[in-house]
Amino acid sequence: MQIAARPFEGWTILDVSGDIDLAHSPAMRKVLLGEIREKHTKIVILNLGAVRYIDSSGIASLVEGLKASRDQGSRLILYGLSKTVREVMELSRLQRIFEIYDNEEQAVSSEGHK
Amino acid sequence: MIVRGKAKKQKITKSAMTRAGSSASDFLLKLELESNPESLCLVRATIERTTETLHFEPAETRAIVRAVDEALANVVRHAYKGQRGQPIQLTCRRLRSADTEARAKGIEIILQDSGVALDPAKLKGRPLDEIRPGGLGLHFMRQSMDKVEFSRSQGQNQLRLVKYLAPAKPEKTQGD
Repeated sequence: MQIAARPFEGWTILDVSGDIDLAHSPAMRKVLLGEIREKHTKIVILNLGAVRYIDSSGIASLVEGLKASRDQGSRLILYGLSKTVREVMELSRLQRIFEIYDNEEQAVSSEGHK
Repeated sequence: MIVRGKAKKQKITKSAMTRAGSSASDFLLKLELESNPESLCLVRATIERTTETLHFEPAETRAIVRAVDEALANVVRHAYKGQRGQPIQLTCRRLRSADTEARAKGIEIILQDSGVALDPAKLKGRPLDEIRPGGLGLHFMRQSMDKVEFSRSQGQNQLRLVKYLAPAKPEKTQGD
């Protein structure tokens, strides 16, 4: 898994690629919580377009990020979910609690951004 | 990770299969791996190719891969409590049906580890209505597979996962 931070109009877009599994979810969790809790970024957007696989530990990291963003009064947005990632979201019945968009254009222009 | 392939196929005659009832199984492969999280991607790739060769649909293949991955993650995290280098054995068998010999009936995957005994009370998973991290692995396994059976024998945990092939869909003809 690789994760790269990209600034965008005061927010941060995190481009994630590869597999978010037991070996790699701690790294994603650390970056995600660092953006939210330490850098106090108001809006963190996760680009999951190049994620091939996510397991329950990856989902747990996303849930933790969402809870942290709510605690901080910020927002966590996801976009570009592959069929595999979307299936796991649906299995865990978590797709309704996340703010999810199809692509970056929709994510950055969603209500409250501009 | 050590891989033992299908060098020796079990000899099962049609009459033996019929006597046994409705099904029998063929050995496909055995993996011997250690409880290192980095091993999981190798197992996922192996299981993906194995299920594809048995003609599982892409969605079923993803489900089987997900179940095996979550099962292995549970062994690493809970049975071995994150300790690296501990032995895990994974065995795959093709399940055959006596009346559909030409096509696989399903797949059986058995995981064995020598970690601590599982607490049956913790095998329930958590209610999905609770929005909190963790507790999803078992739920994913049960949603993905037809059978998820835990047992313990001679100091080893064993998990048996079974997925049956969906009945073949009728071929579409022109005009459908």
